This record gives sequence, structure tokens and C-alpha cells, in this order.
Amino acid sequence: MILIDYLSGALLIAGAVFFLAGTLGLLRFPDVYTRLHALTKADNVGLGLMVVGLAVQAESWTAAGKLLLIWLLVLLAGSSVAHLVAGGALQRGIQLWKR
Amino acid sequence: MEAVILLQWTFNTLLGLGLLWLASRALACPDLFRAIVLFVAFGLLLALAWVSLDAPDVALAEAAIGAGLTGALLLAALAGLRSSETNEKVAGQPAKEGPKVRPPQWLPVVVLLSVAAGLGYVVLSLPPDAVGLSAQVAASLETSGVSNPVTAVLLNFRSYDTLLEMVVLLLALLGVWSLGGTALRRETAPGPVLDTLVRLLVPVLILVASYLLWVGAHAPGGAFQSGSVLGAAGVLLLLTGWHLHAGLAALPLRLALVAGSATFLTMAVFTLLGEGKLLEYPSAQAGTLILILETAATVSIGVTLAALLLGSPPPNNKDHT
Repeated sequence: MILIDYLSGALLIAGAVFFLAGTLGLLRFPDVYTRLHALTKADNVGLGLMVVGLAVQAESWTAAGKLLLIWLLVLLAGSSVAHLVAGGALQRGIQLWKR
Repeated sequence: MEAVILLQWTFNTLLGLGLLWLASRALACPDLFRAIVLFVAFGLLLALAWVSLDAPDVALAEAAIGAGLTGALLLAALAGLRSSETNEKVAGQPAKEGPKVRPPQWLPVVVLLSVAAGLGYVVLSLPPDAVGLSAQVAASLETSGVSNPVTAVLLNFRSYDTLLEMVVLLLALLGVWSLGGTALRRETAPGPVLDTLVRLLVPVLILVASYLLWVGAHAPGGAFQSGSVLGAAGVLLLLTGWHLHAGLAALPLRLALVAGSATFLTMAVFTLLGEGKLLEYPSAQAGTLILILETAATVSIGVTLAALLLGSPPPNNKDHT
């Protein structure tokens, strides 16, 4: 029991680190494309770690399955929306950031 | 234990301050697009606040309707506003001249402050240890036909409230449609990514809507949450260029729009004739009757919310010939 608690704690903290990094990137990166990069990486991996961390504590397989479904749906929506935002930005003629 | 309470207190304080900050920014922001995005973020945080208050039903409805669908409607309205502005500029008509009679700026501030003061007075003068009606609801939950107290209140004990809500939704749609804006039409191809996303999501959304409808009998969920998920599927379809088959645009669409109100009214008439009491079901059949009512209401809510985004009645066969 204790081992599982440590495992899910470690996974949740690792997920939170990814979210923190993603938020920092969203605030500090120079243009829309790099910000999207930071955001989607953080959301996908961070949320995935959170979901696994919660799923090992789940009471039943159905609860774990629902958590997994949430992650898959967010992956699907997040990556598609990132693509659409980047495409829209390119169409509007927003230049790629160059050092 | 202390640490958990402190953590909760910190989280709730941050949530409340964040809500106030987002609300003030959304009101003060001169850029309308940014204001809408802030409003959507406000709705999502508000849903979190409802979860924190142990009201998952309200949280679901707030996230789906308050943040999601209202946001989509506001963005559609903004797009309509911008296109009408450019049309006016192309036609060369100057903006309306003449002396603008603007009400003084302090007036709304005074009105809002007095409303806020009145609300605050009422809340503060509530008895501190009020019992509420939850004990009564729990006592008669067995006869209601469902085991989720929220659904029991909405669809049984006070189902006339829900009946009136259905009619309000219908009236809102009639109001929007009779304003006679141009129907939202997206003729361009949505592109492979959006197309695939919608093809994958719409069946999932329909499944989720059915699940929410079914689960409402014993857990958070029900007609409004389910209907708004269905409405979201409709909004996605409309935004990616799908339009209603012309044969379905006339009578079938109208039937779907009034299904909820009509079923409620029929049920009201039958219960009034049978038992002599408005919308009071026999407890043996209550579960079935509630499921029928909720199914009809879900269809109507979903179709109405999607139709609100459409902005005006879709063209039917007669218009084409």
C-alpha cells in the first residue's frame, strides 16, 4: 500500500514539474509557435503522468479506464488545436521567431 | 490534517481572487476577442469553484454551457459584428452621425453597487444555522424514482421549474432567429486535421451525452449536461461546414426543437387529469417517466443550443425552388 502511495506521489510531482515548465514556456517564449511547443509538450506528458499517478490509486479498472480516456481525448484535442492555431498564425503572416 | 486544511484554504483563496481578477479584466478589456477568451477562462475557474463547493452537477453545467457554448456563441456574434462592420465600410456609409446621447458613466456603477449591497445584506442577514430542504428531499427520495437528489428535485419535486426552463430556451431561440441575421455558413473545406478531429469526436460526444443522460438517475449528470454535450457536437459540425439536409430543415428540426417542452406539457396535462396534481407522478412509474422527460429534453436542448449558433433558420426545400 505504502509503495503505491510513493509511486503515485512521485508520478504526480513529475507531472506537476512538466506543467510548471510548460507554463514558464508559455509565459517566457518569444512567439506563438514556440509557446505552442511548450504548451503541448507540457499538457501531453504532464497530464499523462498525472493520469498514471491517479490510475494506480483507482478503485476499479473502469475508473482507470475513464482516466485514460480523458488523457486520450486531451491528446487528440490538444494536438489538433495546436496545429490549427499554428496554421492560423502562418496564414495571418506571423513570422517565425529568429534569434 | 492541519496541512490539508491550510492547502484547501490557500487553493480556495487563490480561486476566488483569480475569479475576481478574470471578471474585472473581462469587463475592462477593450479588445472584444480578448474579453471573450477571459470570459471562457472565468467560466472554467467558476466550474472549479463549484467542484470545490461539492456541487458537481452545477460544475458540469457551468463548464459545458457557461464556458463552452456561451463562448462559442459570443465568438460567432463577434464574427458577425466584424463582417457587418466591414460591409458598412465597403458600402461607404458613414457611421451614424448626430449627437450621441450617452447615459452618464456613474449611473450603471451606482445601480450595480446598490444591487451588490442589497445582495450582500440579504446574504449576511440569513440565519447562520438554516436547515434547508435537503432533509426533506432525502426523506422523499425513495418515491422520486431516481437516487440522485439533484435530478429528483429538477425532474420530480420541482419539475415545473424545468418545464419553464425548456420554454425559456425555446423563446431565446425564437428571439435570435426572428432577429433575422445571416445563417452561419462555412463553405471552405475544414482541412484534414479539423475534419479528422470532428469525425473522431462527434461519435464520442454522442456517447458521452447518452452516458450523462443515463447516469443522471443516480450520479451527477442529466438532461442539461447531456444536452449541452450534444449541442457542442452540433456546434463542431456546423463550424466544419456540415449543414442540415434540406429535407430535415423544416418540420423535423422544429419537432426536435419543441420535443422537450411538448413532452413536459403532455406529461403535465396527463398528471393533472389523472391525479389532479400538476407533474406529480405515481411513484411506481416515476423512474420511467423521468427518463422519457429527460430524453426529450436532452434532444431539444442539444438541438436548440446548436441552432442558436446557426443564427437564423436553415434554408429548407421551399427556399431552394
